Amino acid sequence: MRSIWRTIRSSPDLGRDIALVCAADALVGLSFGAITVGAGLPVWLPMLLSLVVFAGAAQFMFVGLIASGGNPVTAVAAGLLVNARHLPFGFTVGDLLGRGWRRVVGSHIMTDESVAFALAQPDHARRRAAYWAVGVGVFVCWNLGVLAGAFGGTVVTDTDRLGLDAAFPAVLLALVLPSLRDPATRRAAAAGAVITLVTTPFLPAGLPVLLALAGVLLALSGRRGGATSSPSSSAPESSEAAR
Amino acid sequence: MSWPVLVAAVLVLAAGTFAFRIAGPLVRERMSVSVSPDVERLVAIGAVVLLAALVATSALLDDGGPAGVARPAGVAVGGLLAWRRVPFVLIVVAAAGVAAGLRLLGVP
Repeated sequence: MRSIWRTIRSSPDLGRDIALVCAADALVGLSFGAITVGAGLPVWLPMLLSLVVFAGAAQFMFVGLIASGGNPVTAVAAGLLVNARHLPFGFTVGDLLGRGWRRVVGSHIMTDESVAFALAQPDHARRRAAYWAVGVGVFVCWNLGVLAGAFGGTVVTDTDRLGLDAAFPAVLLALVLPSLRDPATRRAAAAGAVITLVTTPFLPAGLPVLLALAGVLLALSGRRGGATSSPSSSAPESSEAAR
Repeated sequence: MSWPVLVAAVLVLAAGTFAFRIAGPLVRERMSVSVSPDVERLVAIGAVVLLAALVATSALLDDGGPAGVARPAGVAVGGLLAWRRVPFVLIVVAAAGVAAGLRLLGVP
């Protein structure tokens, strides 16, 4: 764990970026706590959810369904569907977690942000450091935010007024953009995004994002088609030239 | 709803979520000897594809319908700055600032 701290300390930019995302998450947590209690649900509910589920989108969905009188089985199923994306995420970051208790803790702190930050790093040491720093940082900030919101009430219930709803897609976009310089990845991501957007009106939340994985097939087929010209070696040169 | 039912629902959601999260690392270790660089690459592409899909839905949609103008505009400005390799902090602040500013002007 000390090596993670050292890696973060040695790259102040990374530390600052992580701190910013943690602060933004704390504000969203604040609104989650306040909204949940404001909807007439018990004060312990947002805090328990944030500690043991720790997945923002699923928590908002769960609370929304319960507050509107939905039955708990539906709320659990909806939350699980939204969280199913953690399974493929786990394959990607699995080598950053270690074994034993580290794997247990490391799995629990898996979020979109920690995976995206890890993917954006150039080497294994920094990937591991970024994953853990974001995971632990967001866990602490999110839970403190929810605690404050649940007891403090309605200071910031509408984070849209602060533009935070635009900040989060922008965070993920900035982190995946370098990966999109690879043509096969870019094709797969574009196809996946289209599949998700087109299917969202017809399917329950969570499923359209998983269907995006079909876009990977496109990366595969594209690679097979251009295998003789070895796209992986020619691509970086052409993109350098374009710049 | 009685609180024991609510607690049970939260715990089932927590257990299921944790199972999703730890399945990847566990299976990956089992196959660690046999994971080829090709599979490794596909798995990495898969994660990028998922994140890109999340960007698309969270930028453009809200509860299954269009998200209005302010949010997509903020994300677009953030994306443009990211493409120009502006520091991360500025990207995030600009995205939030554009969306908040447009809303202040009455843009949905």
